[in-house]
Amino acid sequence: MSAPTTSSTSTSSAAGRTPAAEPVPTGVQTLPFAKAINAGLRAALGGDDKVLLMGEDIGPLGGVFRVTDGLQASFGADRVVDTPLAESGILGTAIGLALRGYRPVCEIQFDGFIFPAFDQITTQLAKMHYRSRGRLTVPVVVRVPYGGGIGAVEHHSESPEVLFAHTPGLRVVSPGSPQDAYTMIQEAIASPDPVLFFEPKGRYWEKGAVDLSEGPYGRRAAEQQETADVQDVAADEQPVRESITVREPVTVSEANGFSTLNTAVVARPGTDLTLVAYGPTVATALKVAEAAASEGTSIEVVDLRSISPLDTDTVVESVRKTHRCVVVHEAPTFLGTGAEIAATVTERCFYDLEAPVLRVGGFHTPYPVAKIEHEYLPSLDRVLDAVDRSLAF
Amino acid sequence: MTAPIEPTEALQTDEDAPVQLVAPDGSRVSDDRNAPYRARTSHLGTEELRGLYRDMVLVRRFDTEATALQRQGELALFAPLLGQEAAQIGSGRALAPQDVAFPSYREHGVAHTRGLDLAEILRLFRGVDHGGWDSEAHNFHLYTLVIGSHSLHATGYAMGVQRDGLVGTGDPERDTAVITYFGDGATSQGDVSEALGFAAVNNAPVVLFCQNNQWAISVPTSTQSRVPLYRRGAGFGVPSVRVDGNDVLACYAVTAEALERARSGGGPTFIEAVTYRMGAHTTSDDPTRYRTRAEEDYWRDRDPIARLHALLVAEGAWDDEAAAALEAESEALGERIRTSVRALGKPAAASMFDHVYATDHQVVSRESAWFESYESSFTDQGGHR
Ligand SMILES: Cc1ncc(C[n+]2csc(CCOP(=O)(O)OP(=O)(O)O)c2C)c(N)n1
Repeated sequence: MSAPTTSSTSTSSAAGRTPAAEPVPTGVQTLPFAKAINAGLRAALGGDDKVLLMGEDIGPLGGVFRVTDGLQASFGADRVVDTPLAESGILGTAIGLALRGYRPVCEIQFDGFIFPAFDQITTQLAKMHYRSRGRLTVPVVVRVPYGGGIGAVEHHSESPEVLFAHTPGLRVVSPGSPQDAYTMIQEAIASPDPVLFFEPKGRYWEKGAVDLSEGPYGRRAAEQQETADVQDVAADEQPVRESITVREPVTVSEANGFSTLNTAVVARPGTDLTLVAYGPTVATALKVAEAAASEGTSIEVVDLRSISPLDTDTVVESVRKTHRCVVVHEAPTFLGTGAEIAATVTERCFYDLEAPVLRVGGFHTPYPVAKIEHEYLPSLDRVLDAVDRSLAF
Repeated sequence: MTAPIEPTEALQTDEDAPVQLVAPDGSRVSDDRNAPYRARTSHLGTEELRGLYRDMVLVRRFDTEATALQRQGELALFAPLLGQEAAQIGSGRALAPQDVAFPSYREHGVAHTRGLDLAEILRLFRGVDHGGWDSEAHNFHLYTLVIGSHSLHATGYAMGVQRDGLVGTGDPERDTAVITYFGDGATSQGDVSEALGFAAVNNAPVVLFCQNNQWAISVPTSTQSRVPLYRRGAGFGVPSVRVDGNDVLACYAVTAEALERARSGGGPTFIEAVTYRMGAHTTSDDPTRYRTRAEEDYWRDRDPIARLHALLVAEGAWDDEAAAALEAESEALGERIRTSVRALGKPAAASMFDHVYATDHQVVSRESAWFESYESSFTDQGGHR
């Protein structure tokens, strides 16, 4: 009693499709977060045959948030792979593929479902390079939609980033703007180190300008476009074009523009207080700064971008200027990113501080039910309250 | 890497045909293979068959109502069971009162057979509760959203039942079995394989009931397995059966046999109920992106409720009076679901600090106290945000 079409017709047709020759788009576009990541993935898939995506429902469905929308249609089911429903399996096989020279980008459907893969990520992925004394690299990216605010059910709104940041060997990052989302996903893929790429799912629909010539693959696509244009002009005299199709794998390093994964960025300059945020709270922090400005307070917003490594220099430089610091994240504050920053800032800026470093974040409770999640999340009001407390010292 | 797109059917043999007692047209099926199962349903008379039909109609009504409530913005999300009524009612009705069920998140039909008020379940989907029903009162554990996890809990629970000497005593009031429900996608999780292993080597009184509804969100069963799922049991030494999941009598009989084996000390059974998820995976899902109309039509013709209806009619066990009574009952259920869901208020924000630990915890107490004073600072000012 089997249906006539039990096998996935959609998957098989996609599998038969040959990778598209369509050029990777360049130029500046206004894109929502999710589409910016999609464009970054497209650039990487188009720029390096060794890049492949794997995960649950990322093919014909395009992922439950549509972040991989259209990618299987363009690149085929060998490059954009719907896996069995097994996170440990996804990460474990990704490690094997990476050891074989591939660059797997794994999607974990929701934050709360990363834990079946926790063992592979923390005991295996994080330690391969170290154990092999640098002989082995495992360039695996793990994309995780995380954070709350979308009215979801249990296990769909968590912020487990510090569980990974506490593990040496992993890079843990989270973009705060569509532009960074686009650039950072590419740098994560080109990074020889494993990267946990936390996507603020509550911001997926928020738009921003994205320069598609940014990022290692975007830059390459833009350069190729230029070469192609030049050759088009010169086509009559010189019809040779092969150079465009010869592709060295892209890898990033300090030397060739490995920037967003290592450095925080000042998202808004200010003089009276430093507000440190990342991922979903960057937008909140910017709104707080806006609101505070109307009351005459000048807030500098630092977007960390990366939690591990933590760019404390940028934070310290800002605090030396403003003398006050508030850290905002959705994850519980207890033993969290804010605690780390507070300790570091206290050590390095003790004599510059006018107030203790304050934290605004989640409580030491499981993520609560949707109806009261806004009381749990660091809201505009709660951040403003901390800003007032800091200024009152 | 080649995508695993080979259809599972290619590797199926005649032996893999599911146990069936009623054909899609409502006629009874008698063959050598189903003889022992037929025997297990011989005591089901008109009243019992009507009861199974009533169960299925009521949970479908609940399902329709919940889906509508989600569309009206009253629920954050809903996971419909549409199409899986026979698998759930058949297996659920085979349970003895003392048996314990460990569901995933779509087992509304099983919940109904356990006497749980279906409105309780919607608290979870409305976002006012993480699923805080009294699982011991109903021998129906909390829903589990992390795929496959609870198959191990069920197995461990069954190991406990066995240690407590509640297996093989011969006393039908005492002997206890455990059943766990999961989907075809879940069989790919390590936890489910580990559950099969633990169940087998411990001879645990557990039934692992897989509802193969053909899809794990957008991914067909052929992406999970190259062989029919029920065959996975064999490698672990767990007796396994494949049953027509849209045939409520077959589901009842196969589960009843497995539960009895478990209660009597015969150990675990793996059941694959071949069924179909007729609706979306959840209300956030769009099935048109991954499946065809032809496939949906094929399965609509195998609707489990229509099948039992045809049987009741053919056997003269159904009439207008019964139909009207059931219609009134399901109308009343729908009304009650609507009103009770709309009446569910927002929990107090401070309740998020309750029950994080069973004993005092300084971090939580401190944060809770801070939150209280923070909240009251707004009311003190006479307003709220
Ligand atoms: C560990 C884990 N990974 C991913 C998910 C997201 N998810 C929820 S349901 C689902 C598909 C489940 O399919 P199946 O096991 O066949 O059960 P069905 O929903 O079809 O009854 C997925 C991938 C999850 N809940 N848990």
